[in-house]
Amino acid sequence: MTHILILSGVLFTLGAMGVLIRRNAIVMFMSVELMLNAANLAFVGFARSREVLGGQVFVFFVIAVAAAEVAVGLALIVSIYRNRSSIDVDRVSDLRG
Amino acid sequence: MTVEFAIFLGLAAVAIAAAIAMLVSRNAVYSALFLVIVFLTIAVLFLLLSAPFIAMVQVAVYAGAIMVLFIFVIMLLGTENVESEPGHRWQFAAALVLSYSLIIAFLIVALVLPVEPAEEFAAVKQGFGSPASVGTLLFNEYLIPFEVTSLLLLAAMVGAIVLTRWERTI
Repeated sequence: MTHILILSGVLFTLGAMGVLIRRNAIVMFMSVELMLNAANLAFVGFARSREVLGGQVFVFFVIAVAAAEVAVGLALIVSIYRNRSSIDVDRVSDLRG
Repeated sequence: MTVEFAIFLGLAAVAIAAAIAMLVSRNAVYSALFLVIVFLTIAVLFLLLSAPFIAMVQVAVYAGAIMVLFIFVIMLLGTENVESEPGHRWQFAAALVLSYSLIIAFLIVALVLPVEPAEEFAAVKQGFGSPASVGTLLFNEYLIPFEVTSLLLLAAMVGAIVLTRWERTI
């Protein structure tokens, strides 16, 4: 169980790092997906070690929510690109005070 | 060292290497393909953890549908490498510090705190994680969340269509 948690933590950290250092909105979005998958891995690992199926059902829900999130997020990115001709997040900082 | 643990180590190495390659590759299409490798290795890990149904869902939804959507958008917009300037230096330093502290926190949780179950898993009963058992649970105990999920997908569909309509700019 411990090694699965370690792998999940490492993958989650890599995803968080990707969100922080990349400026391409699509790659940042893919890093968010990586973080979701790391959490799913921990869920399945716990479901296995506790022998409770609820963890796997929860992973199913997480995957469904991720699919919805990707659809809306990519629609947002397409919309931003259409207005700005760029998906560099540093150029979409109009809300900065 | 059991065979399963050896397989786990190999898969973990592949997953971490592919994740790092996803982060450092400058071309977004390569990033997407490395992410597919990560998703496939995680699907095999799900199989190792006796979750065959979730593994198949992972391959079909993540490695299939979601990544096709990503690659479609990348190629549609033609934004494979948009990052001209490398960004702010302090951002990179802050990212390194934050991610190192995050991994240390994870290691503390995983190693220092006592983990109750034993390292080696006990054998699960027949049919654990099979489509039949997951489906039974899904349509009995989790029926309301399941229906809410379908509503969420409908809302996401409508939202995506509204956001990308040609007539009106947001």
